[in-house]
Amino acid sequence: MNKRGSILRRLMLQLVGAAAVLAAILFVLFQSFARQLAIEAQDNTLFASASAILESVSVQQGEVNVDIPYAALSMLGNVSDDRVFYRIGMGAVPLTGYDDLPGKPGADAVSWTDKYRGDDLRMVQISRALSVAGTLRDVTVVVGQTQGGLAQKLAQISRMAILIGAIYFVVASLFAYWTARSTVRPLNAVAEAVARRGPLDLRPVTKPVPSEMAPLMVALNAFISRLDRSLTRSEDFIVEAAHRVRTPLATVRAQAEVTLRRVDRQENRNALKQMIRAVDESSRAAGQLLDHAMVAFRTDHLDQQALDLGAIAAEVVERQTPVAALKDITFDVDIIAGGGFNGDAILIQNAVTNLIDNAVKYSPQETTITVSVKGNSLKICDQGPGFPAADIDTLTDRFARGTNVGNTVGSGLGLTIAHEVALAHNGALTLSQNPKGTGACVTLSLPS
Amino acid sequence: MRHFIFAILMWMPVAVFAFEIESEALFEAENEIARLRIISSTDEAVFAPIIAQFQSLNPSISVYYVVASSAEISKAITGENEAFDIAISSAMDLQTKLANDGFALQHISAATALVPAWGNWRNSVFTFSQEPATFVLSNAAFEGLEMPRTRQDLISLLRAQPDRFDGKIGTYDVRTSGLGYLFATQDSRTSETFWRLTELMGSLGAKLYCCSSQMIEDVSTGKIAIAYNVLGSYAAARTDLADAVTIVAPQDYTAMMLRTAVILKTATAPDVAGLFVDHLLRGAWGAPPAKDVAEYTRPIPLGPGLLVFLDRLKRRQFLAEWTNAIEQ
Repeated sequence: MNKRGSILRRLMLQLVGAAAVLAAILFVLFQSFARQLAIEAQDNTLFASASAILESVSVQQGEVNVDIPYAALSMLGNVSDDRVFYRIGMGAVPLTGYDDLPGKPGADAVSWTDKYRGDDLRMVQISRALSVAGTLRDVTVVVGQTQGGLAQKLAQISRMAILIGAIYFVVASLFAYWTARSTVRPLNAVAEAVARRGPLDLRPVTKPVPSEMAPLMVALNAFISRLDRSLTRSEDFIVEAAHRVRTPLATVRAQAEVTLRRVDRQENRNALKQMIRAVDESSRAAGQLLDHAMVAFRTDHLDQQALDLGAIAAEVVERQTPVAALKDITFDVDIIAGGGFNGDAILIQNAVTNLIDNAVKYSPQETTITVSVKGNSLKICDQGPGFPAADIDTLTDRFARGTNVGNTVGSGLGLTIAHEVALAHNGALTLSQNPKGTGACVTLSLPS
Repeated sequence: MRHFIFAILMWMPVAVFAFEIESEALFEAENEIARLRIISSTDEAVFAPIIAQFQSLNPSISVYYVVASSAEISKAITGENEAFDIAISSAMDLQTKLANDGFALQHISAATALVPAWGNWRNSVFTFSQEPATFVLSNAAFEGLEMPRTRQDLISLLRAQPDRFDGKIGTYDVRTSGLGYLFATQDSRTSETFWRLTELMGSLGAKLYCCSSQMIEDVSTGKIAIAYNVLGSYAAARTDLADAVTIVAPQDYTAMMLRTAVILKTATAPDVAGLFVDHLLRGAWGAPPAKDVAEYTRPIPLGPGLLVFLDRLKRRQFLAEWTNAIEQ
């Protein structure tokens, strides 16, 4: 089969891929959002600290005084164990704190990240105007804190973000699998329904399918009906042809028989006998073609009824006895009443007739044909040449004949018909060699 | 341990330091593979047993032990770039500032996990001892009198009998004593009685001391009757004076000073320094804490809050206020 790709795999890949991308986006968004929140939280504490310090700046007797509240720095220690730096200045003149702490001259209420003493500091700066000795001066407070606590919090947030992303991915993947499976299920259901059909079942597929599959089903059903029509047409053609050939052949045979009686010369008689033989062969072939077409037609519409295989076999044997008697062939019939089964009477009769006819045809003079029925299994054994071992598997094919048939008249359709009937009834046709010396055995087994 | 000899060498300053040291000592290991340099505000007599025990466990480590005042320790480390491994000091504010300003290394071990959260800042400042600020009272001066148990008691007593205690009160001169400054600033945060008491002491002509030893000495001789905010552990160490003085942990609240160790950034062998700090911490916190800790004791919390009173303007203002109160 020409396979390329798999819908299930592609669906899974696309859905799981989408889930992975979404999980990654979720992770990044969550992390950056949380990071922003954590930084804002630190900024807020730093601003609170800086404002407390700035509020403590006062002018006393023309001198700027700073009385840093204890809480201004201890509040930073309550949040995390981070290092704290501050600077208080008036314009460019440092008043107290870490004089070399970087600032943002001229800015008010800003926060930023800066390097100081080998560490990244989160810094805030605020300022206010104070009247010192009659002039307005800007007092600036810068407070900075290392980001150890922030890093710790961010690591924690990262772990949580990874967990959330992973959970989202797993859940989305499970849904993706479920979705992909349920998408492919109707396809599989149709495939299974079609595969389960008998070999000659050419009814349209009526299983309900999703609308996306409707075109496929329409095409499939159109194809099936085309196939059905074409098969029917050729069967019809064969029936018509066989029928039309059989009647003239009967006329020809009758005329030849009449002529034979009137002719005395040996060579003419021989020619006529050959002619009659050829006509027999043709008419038999035409008959079997008709039989076969009938079997093919009936297997599509089995006319089920309760049957007894033993009774059918006995009836057929009785009908064939006169023909067999011509060759001094006797029947050894052994029927153990079977359980009965449901089947098409005409088809089964036809199959059994073909099998017994075959046995009679290939049996030498003065031999015995054993017909035994055990339950729903019919076994017919003759003492003829048997099946050639090389052909035993192909003899049920249409028009196949054994390599050892000699000049026995035959069409190669007898076993085919019996085989198709067996299959139509879910049974089997088994060919084997006669266990008692030479000869062939055919077993028709049908399910009860 | 027998096969190791600890040579304790004492010399007058051989190494010339740019800061003042009080003494130095070398506890030498026989086959030295590492030398630990400790700068400390604690007398080596107090530390010698701890070092000996450490060396019995780590026989190849020599310990060079320099004693200096807490202010000089801070100066040595921040200013002079002297290479020490460990700084041990009772000035928890200065120790905190060392760690805050980036002079300390972080250290994490099984032993540091024993330290309660309040006794460990940034895994850099480790508490190994807590010592109370107490009243040291002269038994002779208080004969027939009930001894004060709280600051309120003390204030009432001084108000009731100003003549009896005039010139008989001693306390740290917080302008020169780092420990006195720490206790005074923490007192000022904890209770408003501090300023009342300071003014009262000022009005009674309080004597100001640089160091606890002299104060304890003077209480024992009866030169003064009351020493305020003296380290109880120092007074208790003077067993020879046990009959003459009574140590009272004030029951309104007793501030606990934390003696801390810091591993310095200049440490040449931080793991050896870590070993020593672990040894200190196991000694301090290895056994379950004593149950009889009075509920009115409060360890002074480590953290950036301690930096506030080190601010030069804050200090100037506090000292001005204090001087104003004490000198009348």
